[in-house]
Amino acid sequence: MILRVDAAPQAPVRRFGRSQKWVHRATAALMGVCVVTAAALYVPQFAELVGRRELVVRIHEWAGLALPVPVLIGLASRAFRADLGFLNRFGPHDRVWLRAALHRDKRRSSRPAGKFNAGQKVYASWIAGATLVMLGTGLLMWFTHLTPIQWRTSATFVHDWLALTIGIVLAGHIGMALGDPEARRGLRTGSVSREWAEREHPLWRP
Amino acid sequence: MNSEQPEEHRGTPIGRRVFLGTLGLGALGVVAAPTLQRGLEAFLGSAADKDPTGLTGLLPNGGGFRYYSVTSSVPHRNAGNYQLKIDGLVSHPRTYTLADLRALPQTRLVKDVQCVTGWRVPDTPFEGVRLSALLDAAGVTAKAGAVRFSCFDGAYTESLTLDQARRPDVLVALRMQDKDIGHSHGGPVRLYVAPMYFYKSAKWLSGITVTEDVKPGYWEDRGYDVDAWVGRSNGRDDDPTS
Repeated sequence: MILRVDAAPQAPVRRFGRSQKWVHRATAALMGVCVVTAAALYVPQFAELVGRRELVVRIHEWAGLALPVPVLIGLASRAFRADLGFLNRFGPHDRVWLRAALHRDKRRSSRPAGKFNAGQKVYASWIAGATLVMLGTGLLMWFTHLTPIQWRTSATFVHDWLALTIGIVLAGHIGMALGDPEARRGLRTGSVSREWAEREHPLWRP
Repeated sequence: MNSEQPEEHRGTPIGRRVFLGTLGLGALGVVAAPTLQRGLEAFLGSAADKDPTGLTGLLPNGGGFRYYSVTSSVPHRNAGNYQLKIDGLVSHPRTYTLADLRALPQTRLVKDVQCVTGWRVPDTPFEGVRLSALLDAAGVTAKAGAVRFSCFDGAYTESLTLDQARRPDVLVALRMQDKDIGHSHGGPVRLYVAPMYFYKSAKWLSGITVTEDVKPGYWEDRGYDVDAWVGRSNGRDDDPTS
């Protein structure tokens, strides 16, 4: 344990630029629309409340189609691409972090992390892949006359179960954000306190 | 790489592997879906029968009916204000109350319900008046060739050819699962077309109009097949229900 003795106010640390903030915002909004409309199509109580099935289907389809667009636009930004690089590359410390997470070891010393911790890296990669799987299976369900029958039934099966999985994982993502105001501040304002950065991301060199 | 940025730019590209692995699993899931689905359906179907919480109903293929409505809200009708109007190319147009319909001979059918979106509910009892009986009572004229159904949600319509409408497994249903049909299942009176996908079984039935030709219904204007035989339409190969 390190006892911190800094009473002096510290300069905030730059964590995200405009591109990362807006890619996250737009993606979150579109994902939100997908989840809410999915609930209105799928959960009987919501379906009963909302009705208007055809309209809800259209909104769901277009929000889903647009979901990868913010990331694709974000690729134009050097800062965003740099963050994707951080998310992609795993070092030895990430192995330590993941092992600690598996053993529910919450000690700071066993959770070394760079700009992103290993959990954030795994989440980012998984949700990106899952989004594309949802997009692909969704398109098969949307344009039913393009593919053989069995494809559509199979696509529906994967779409349904993966939707449930994404719902649970997304709830975890949001829950963790709710539990960490400083992390949220990072995405809202672009800056975090140095104290938070050193505590949560000790290997990050901003 | 300078020492100020430890291992951030090196390291193994595991993120990419997780990403591609997820895509691969998704594709594999589509390929393996028929097998997985059969197993899960059997398991969840039996679990749903014993599940007092109803949570299994929320799982994909978890069994049970799903509520679909094309409008934002549907008025409630009951024995006091429900009316079913039969008109069009008939010699005796007439309006039935719920009591009138209950007084007629009832037919009970127990068959699977198959939705075009994939879910299927096995062995579901429906009970009501044969549509053919109502058509015979109304006296269908010689020019007639089709029957058009309207609903008191104000938007949904359906239609059948006269031959389809006269089948003995087509009911004006008053009861489902041996209970009076509740509002969310299309009560107090809904159509039940046993051999077709369930969108043909219009909920909240309020009008039966005999016409010359079939006019496509609500979902049929939006791409579904008019002749909706289970297993032989809409590009699906489900087992027939009737």
